[in-house]
Amino acid sequence: MIRSRAARLPVIVSVLAILAVWLAASPHSSGQTAQRTVASDDSRENGLAAWDQVYSVLTHPRCINCHTATSYPQQGDDRHRHFANVVRGPDGHGVPGLNCATCHQEANANSTGVPGSHNWHLAPLSMAWQDRNDRPLSSAQLCRVLTDRSKNHDMDGPALLKHHAEDKLVGWAWEPGRDITGAQRTLPPLSRPEFAEATRQWVEAGTPCPSGR
Amino acid sequence: MSAATTSANDLRLSRRTFLRASATAAGGLWVSLYLDFPLAAQEPGAGAQQPKTYPPDAFVDIRPDGKIVIQVNRLEFGQGVQTALPMILADELDADWSQVVAELAPAADVYKDPLFGMQMVGGSGSIAHSYQQYRELGAKTRAMLVAAAAAGWNVAPSECRTESSVVHGPGGRSARYADLGSAAAKLPVPATVQLKNPSQFRLVGKRVRRLDSRSKCDGSLKFGLDLDLPGMRTAVVAHPPVFGARVRGFDATAARSVDGVREIFEIPLAKGTGVAIVADKFWPAKQARDRLTIDWDLGGVERADTAQLRAQYKQLARSPGMRSIARGNATAIDRVAAANRIVAEYEFPFLAHTPMEPLNTTVRFDGDRAEVWAGSQFQTVDQSAIAEVLGLKPEQVTFHTEMAGGGFGRRATPDSHVQREAAAIAKRLTGTPIRLVWTREDDVQGGYYRPMHLHRVEIGIGANGMPASWRHVIVGQSLLADTPFAAFMIKDGVDATATEGVADTHYDIPNFHVFAHHPKVNVPVLWWRSVGHTHTAFVMETLIDELAARAKADPIAYRRRLLSPKAKKLHSVLRLLNEKSAWRRQLPRGHAAGIACHESFGTGVACAVDVSIENKRPRIHRATVAVDCGLAVNPLSVESQFEAGLAFGVSQLVAKGAITFRDGRVEQRNFDTYAPPYMIDAPMAVDVHIVPSAEAPSGCGEPPVPVISPAVANALARLTGKRYRTLPLVTL
Amino acid sequence: MDTYQLTVNGQQRSVTVDPGTPLLWVLREELKMTGTKYGCGVAACGACTVHVAGVATRSCIVPVSLIGDRPIVTIEAIGDDRVGKAVQDAWVAHDVVQCGYCQSGQIMSAVALLKDNSKPSDHNIEESMGGNLCRCGTYPRIREAIKAAAQQLK
Repeated sequence: MIRSRAARLPVIVSVLAILAVWLAASPHSSGQTAQRTVASDDSRENGLAAWDQVYSVLTHPRCINCHTATSYPQQGDDRHRHFANVVRGPDGHGVPGLNCATCHQEANANSTGVPGSHNWHLAPLSMAWQDRNDRPLSSAQLCRVLTDRSKNHDMDGPALLKHHAEDKLVGWAWEPGRDITGAQRTLPPLSRPEFAEATRQWVEAGTPCPSGR
Repeated sequence: MSAATTSANDLRLSRRTFLRASATAAGGLWVSLYLDFPLAAQEPGAGAQQPKTYPPDAFVDIRPDGKIVIQVNRLEFGQGVQTALPMILADELDADWSQVVAELAPAADVYKDPLFGMQMVGGSGSIAHSYQQYRELGAKTRAMLVAAAAAGWNVAPSECRTESSVVHGPGGRSARYADLGSAAAKLPVPATVQLKNPSQFRLVGKRVRRLDSRSKCDGSLKFGLDLDLPGMRTAVVAHPPVFGARVRGFDATAARSVDGVREIFEIPLAKGTGVAIVADKFWPAKQARDRLTIDWDLGGVERADTAQLRAQYKQLARSPGMRSIARGNATAIDRVAAANRIVAEYEFPFLAHTPMEPLNTTVRFDGDRAEVWAGSQFQTVDQSAIAEVLGLKPEQVTFHTEMAGGGFGRRATPDSHVQREAAAIAKRLTGTPIRLVWTREDDVQGGYYRPMHLHRVEIGIGANGMPASWRHVIVGQSLLADTPFAAFMIKDGVDATATEGVADTHYDIPNFHVFAHHPKVNVPVLWWRSVGHTHTAFVMETLIDELAARAKADPIAYRRRLLSPKAKKLHSVLRLLNEKSAWRRQLPRGHAAGIACHESFGTGVACAVDVSIENKRPRIHRATVAVDCGLAVNPLSVESQFEAGLAFGVSQLVAKGAITFRDGRVEQRNFDTYAPPYMIDAPMAVDVHIVPSAEAPSGCGEPPVPVISPAVANALARLTGKRYRTLPLVTL
Repeated sequence: MDTYQLTVNGQQRSVTVDPGTPLLWVLREELKMTGTKYGCGVAACGACTVHVAGVATRSCIVPVSLIGDRPIVTIEAIGDDRVGKAVQDAWVAHDVVQCGYCQSGQIMSAVALLKDNSKPSDHNIEESMGGNLCRCGTYPRIREAIKAAAQQLK
């Protein structure tokens, strides 16, 4: 049957960049590390548990596909390279003639299976959550990248929380629309409120990062 | 001349007038050059020398406004015949080129290929087969115009000369062709005519720009898919998920709820059955198809599976199969020491043609006649098929040839499956023009692929480093089995289109044995630009390169040493390539050169590429090509075919360049998963060098394709030390 | 079915279609502007490229409901633009086209590139034209024609 036949086929359309507001955030004291208050062992323990939850969302294809370390975005749950030679471009918006906006509009296009949201673009290379071989960074590595204010547009804990909880492009991950086969795109493992809550707990614990590599 | 007193109608070389006036003009002269061409028309006793008739008025129309309209007897789909054939005619006619208009001729007997005996594009024969025909047409038309002018002036035709659509007579008299029409039309068509000496050519041999360029750059040119007829409806068909499956039942409730949907019904297909959706426009038709629920009966339908086919083909390749060529000692190879032997197995996937313009055909059935608009490579066959579906005679079907966006063989289907679908739908809606569109998904998943192939080759190397014995087994579906072409192209069970390029190799190998297996597989297959040469050239040219490397010989010198002296075109192109590819000796670090040569469709081609590896892919910085295609009618067009044809050939190498099957279903869907070469995959620059020649022109449409993939693979072998035997190149 | 007011090549056009209908089919079937081509329907070939508010856009996957009031320019009118004219002329001078079916899209992408970058390098050309398929393979001439148009526009 047409529908089931189509559903077998690889997901066609790209996934997201979640860091629009980071770009807009005013860089005041770049170079600093996100605020890290001294916390009790318990609190650190809880914070790390919350971080695990946050990490499970950040490494979901809806989020990490646009946090690549390469010159291209990825798409699909198998995180394959975006088709048709789509490239990052100088500022993460593609290149003239082949911008993100060449396809991705302000909203999902469900009749054609193309995702969209405001200011669709790739996260900058400083916010790459993958290595050059398209493997997701480990929990410890990603945590360090995320909290490095020289790389994250100088966001401290509360700014990160606001970003996770309120940013529109980040929010797309929970309203990713239908793919070309008409199937709903898969969602991150937590709901957005759960994600925001996990981020809040992690931030309140002082954004602790797992030790090790 | 009495132009002022004659009505425009009389002035026109109108078809009717001219048909009455004309004797027949023999077009058979060219045929004799191709007596060994293995087709029906050339079989002894099959009427090979049957004279064909070409009333020139059906080809050229000299209009009172000075325009000269020339009918092109074949499809234009990129190859440039819509410019080159008029050039040939206009040259002999001494027409003013700026006033020449080219039109694609409808289906009619006069437009049949003089050699093939049907109206078609294929075998790279457009220029080769119609060169003489168009010259004669031009010369005869000119002769009549001159005769008419001479009679009016009461002088001998020999006292007149022609230039730029004007006849010049003694005493400074002159007359425009446009004004000579009515007088010329009353004269008989000369039975014979003096053709120009090539030194007199004004257009042929010159670099002439395409006539259709501007209209293809401003969106004004109408392709078949751009047709808009009053009351026209668009149809799409839901095809079975496995070839040959049948509709058991379907639920169209949701589909019918789409605005603009008119009819949904089951239709027969070339294999199995499908469900047709007719709507006001394309988008609702496609939306409705997406909403159909079809219960497919897969019973008794073989489900092709690439992994299983590979295993089966490997098995077959180890048994001899049907004999194609047996030259010298068959067992010599078995006595060659292992160290002096190469044993190689090659794999080639199914390939889709994917012309840029999706397949389409428009049919209106009016009960006792029908009208068709299609970009067809096979007008005669498609016209008959539509007639058959509609219960008409072919002559009751008016068939308009529409400009096509590519084809590469895909618009030449012996079973006319797209046209039959369109006719079956049109039959249900008498009087309504039905435009059937095959979506890109239909095209990618719909079969008619270059067949999957497996080659197994064993080579015994002689003391001089040259191959002394060669045993070659080719496994792949027959393209021609069960088609009307089978009788002429399948001999002793071997389909010549699977072995061409190996069986007829010009390499002089003393003990040479070629075998073929043609397994039956439930996947429709079709010729894909350059046909068997797509895989055979790759095998031959990578192995010869490997042999040259083992012999530590220059790849060009080695080839020339091994080639028969009779392979004049290959020798000439290798000589020219050697001269033009001096860059091979000064490549930057990380680059390597690769060489390949191959003759197909009568044209010799040699190619050198400069390749590096970038982002784990071959990067083709440059390609130098030498071509011997006889007389190059339009060198600009020849250059263009070769530059771009190399990129087409790269289709065999790109990572997403395979159609694969699992459980009977095609695993690719569209250009996201089956991707032909993009700019980054193609050669960055190509320089084409044409061997100067006065020989009869040979084809240029297909010969560019075979050389590029072996040349690149040979360069990669130099870079990585690996020999590449499985296409596409998924990993290097 | 909804009614949309579109600005196409400087003219106001009104169409009544299903909101999900891609711009491509609105142009081709409602407005009878067939210069913009259907090649794949999934934005993988670029044959359908038009400019929407100056941005090269794959019209085959953008539903008309998402166009809003942004002006649309198609191949039929790109020649009215200085850069568009230069690109078309370069295409003709270099005899770029073969079957020609992809060339509307190629030209629209090339114009978007040259409007942003008056001196594109080979790398720029490859990136900007990277999503436009030409099955005939006219890429070397496309490259040359873009460089020639850039020269001419200097």
